[in-house]
Amino acid sequence: MTALLYVLGALAALLLAAWAMRLAGRALSGNHPRFRDMGFGEAFGWVFAAAALVFAVWLYGREGAVFFRWAVQGFVIFALAAWLFRLAGRHIGTGGSRKLFRAMPLTASFGVLVVLIYAILAIFAGFIAPYGQAEILGAANVVPGGDPALGGNPAYPLGTDQIGRDILSRLIYGAQNTVGIAFATTCLAFVLGGSMGFLAATIGGWLDQLLSRAVDVLMAIPALIFALLLMTIASVWSARLGVPLTLFMVLIIALIDSTRVFRLARAVAGNIVVMDYIEAAKLRGEGLGYLIFREILPNALAPLLAEFGLRFCFVFLTIASLSFLGVGIQPPLADWGTMVRDLAQFINYAAFAPQAAAAPLLAAGAIALLTVAVNFIVDWMLHRSSGLKE
Amino acid sequence: MGSVTRIVVQRLLLGILTLLVVSIVIFTAVNLLPGDFAQAVLGQGATEEAIRSIRRDLGLDQNIVLRYLDWLGGVVRGDLGVSFAQMNFQSNMGGGEMKTVAAQIAPRFGNTMFLAGVTAMIAVPLSITLGVLAALYRNSAFDKGANLFTLSSISSPEFFLAYVLILFLAVIYPVLPSLSNIYEGMGFGERLEKTLLPALTLTLVVTAHMMRMTRAAIIQLLSSPYIEMARLKGISPMRVIVRHALPNALAPIINVIALNLAYLITGVVVVEVVFVYPGIGQLFVDAVKIRDIPVVQAACLIFAGAYILLNLTADIMSILSNPRLRHPK
Repeated sequence: MTALLYVLGALAALLLAAWAMRLAGRALSGNHPRFRDMGFGEAFGWVFAAAALVFAVWLYGREGAVFFRWAVQGFVIFALAAWLFRLAGRHIGTGGSRKLFRAMPLTASFGVLVVLIYAILAIFAGFIAPYGQAEILGAANVVPGGDPALGGNPAYPLGTDQIGRDILSRLIYGAQNTVGIAFATTCLAFVLGGSMGFLAATIGGWLDQLLSRAVDVLMAIPALIFALLLMTIASVWSARLGVPLTLFMVLIIALIDSTRVFRLARAVAGNIVVMDYIEAAKLRGEGLGYLIFREILPNALAPLLAEFGLRFCFVFLTIASLSFLGVGIQPPLADWGTMVRDLAQFINYAAFAPQAAAAPLLAAGAIALLTVAVNFIVDWMLHRSSGLKE
Repeated sequence: MGSVTRIVVQRLLLGILTLLVVSIVIFTAVNLLPGDFAQAVLGQGATEEAIRSIRRDLGLDQNIVLRYLDWLGGVVRGDLGVSFAQMNFQSNMGGGEMKTVAAQIAPRFGNTMFLAGVTAMIAVPLSITLGVLAALYRNSAFDKGANLFTLSSISSPEFFLAYVLILFLAVIYPVLPSLSNIYEGMGFGERLEKTLLPALTLTLVVTAHMMRMTRAAIIQLLSSPYIEMARLKGISPMRVIVRHALPNALAPIINVIALNLAYLITGVVVVEVVFVYPGIGQLFVDAVKIRDIPVVQAACLIFAGAYILLNLTADIMSILSNPRLRHPK
C-alpha cells in the first residue's frame, strides 16, 4: 500500500515539475517557439525521461543493484558491438553488401550480428565447448563466476548444474540442439505447408476446399494446447516404438505450424495463379511441377522468406515452452528450455548470491536474444519492402 | 437491425459447428493412443480380469462412433468423466467418492478466469493509452523506445519475462510474492496481491501487440481528409486523435484486443506453471505429464472453446462497431 502511495506521490511531483519546467523554459528563453508551443504531455514526457535517467544513474551506483548493472552493461556492449559490426560491414565486403549495411538501422545490424554468432556457435559447438553436453564432471552445483571464495571453480566459468554438468558447455550445445531442431522443424513446416498451399491454389476445386477446411479446424485449437495434447499421445507411442520423443515433437510442431504456412502460401499463390504468364504456361502444356517450381515459387519467395523468420520465432518459442514444461526436447540433449526449468530455483538466491541466479537467466536470455534478433531483422525487411513509409 | 441479428446468429452457429468438429479432432487424437485406456488406467501390473471390467465400465468394447456420441453427450451435460489418477487410486485403495473431472476443473477455471480478468484490466487501458501516445508522438524518441521495448517483450518467451519479474519484484525488492498459493475463502485483496505478478507477466506479453496495433490503426487514419480538416480547424493534436481518429480505429483495436485475450489462453499455461498458480493450465500440464487422458481431453476442449468464443467475439464486435457492416446496402 505504501508503495502505491510513493508511486502516486512521485507522479504528482513529476506533473508539477513538468508544468514548472515549461514555465521556466518560456521565461528564460524569451517565449521561444520550442517552449511556447509545447503541449503539457510533451513537457511531462521530457521531465519523466529526465527523472528516469537520474533514477537509472542512481540505481547503477548502488551497492545491491548487480543485475541492473549487468543489464545496462550488456545493453551497452551489444549496442557498441552492433555499431562496430555495421561500421565494418560498410567498409568490408562486396558492393552489394556494403550498400545493404549503409541503409541498415542499428537494431537490424544487431539482429544480423546475433544470428551470425548463434550460427557459428551452433555449427562449431563440438569444437568450442570445453566439455561434452552430457558429461558428468566431478562437482555438482558449482557457483558461476569461477571465484573459489564464493564457491566457484575457474575450470567451470559458468558453474555446473545439479548433477555436475558444465553449464557453459550445455549453453553452447543448446545452440546446436534448440536452434537446430527449431530450424529443422520450420523447414519441414514450410515444405509441408508451402507445397500443400501451392497445390491447393493451383489445382483448386475439391482439393482446395478439403485442405482449407481441414486447416481451419486445426487452427481453431490454440497451438501450444494442441501440441501438448499430441505430445501426450506421442509419449506413449515413443515408449512403445523406441523412437525418440524429440522426433515426434518435430513432426507434431511442423504439422501444427504448417497450417499457418498453408494459409499464407495459398493466399500468395492465389494471386499469382490468375496472372497471364501462368495462363500461357498452362496453354503451352506445362505440367504441375513446372508451374509450381518454375512459375509460382520464384514469385512467391519474398513474402514466404519474411514469414520464415517469424515462423522460426514461433516454432522456437513453442519448442522452448514445451521443453520448459518438461515434454519437449528430452535429456541427455542439452536444451535451453529444460535448463531454465532445472536451474530456476537458484533465482531465489539472487539477493545474497547474484552469480548463482545468473545461470537460469542466461539460458532464458539466450532464447529471448535470438528471437529478438530475428524479429529485428524481419521488422527491418518488412519496413524496407514496404517502401519506407508509415 | 434484422440483418445484424442474422449475421450474429450465423456466426454463432458457425462457432458451434467449429467447436463440434474440434471435439471430433480431439477425440480422434486421443483414440490414436496405442493399446487402450484400460491398460493406461491400471498400469503394468493389471490382471486380465481388472482390465476387462474397466473396459466394460468405460464402454471401450463399443464402436468408436458410439463412444464419441456418448462422450459428447456427457460433455453437453457437464459430465467430463473421472480422471485416471482418481480411478487408479480407487481401484488400488478401494472405496471413497471419486472426484469427477468437472469437479476438479471448476474451481481452477474460476482462478484462471480471475487471472485473465486482472490481466485484461491492466493490459487493455495501458496498451490503448500507450498506443495513442505513440501515435501522437510518432517518430519521436518515445515512439522509438516504445517500439524497441514492445518488440523485445513480444519476442521473449513468457518464462523469461516471468523470471525477470520474479528476480526484481520478488527476490531483490520483495514487494510481491513469487508463488501464487491461492486457496478457497481467501480475501479479495490478498488474492489480488498473489495474482499480481503472473498478471503483470501476461500484461507484458500481450500489451506489446495491442499497443502496436492501436498505433498502426490510428496512424493509418491520420492521412484521411477529415483528420486534416479537424487539424486545420486548430484543435489540439491530442483531441484530434482521441475524438476524431480513435472512434474510427475502434474496430481493428477491439479485434486485436479479443485476439490477444485469446492468446492469453496459451500464455496462461506457461505462466501458471512458473508461479504455481492453481489454474486450469497447471492442471493441464500436470495431466499431460502423467498422461491422464480424461483431464487432458477436458482441458483441451475448454481451451479450444474459449479460444473459439473469443475469436467469435472479435468477429461480431468488429461487425457491430462498423456502421457499413451494420447496415449493408
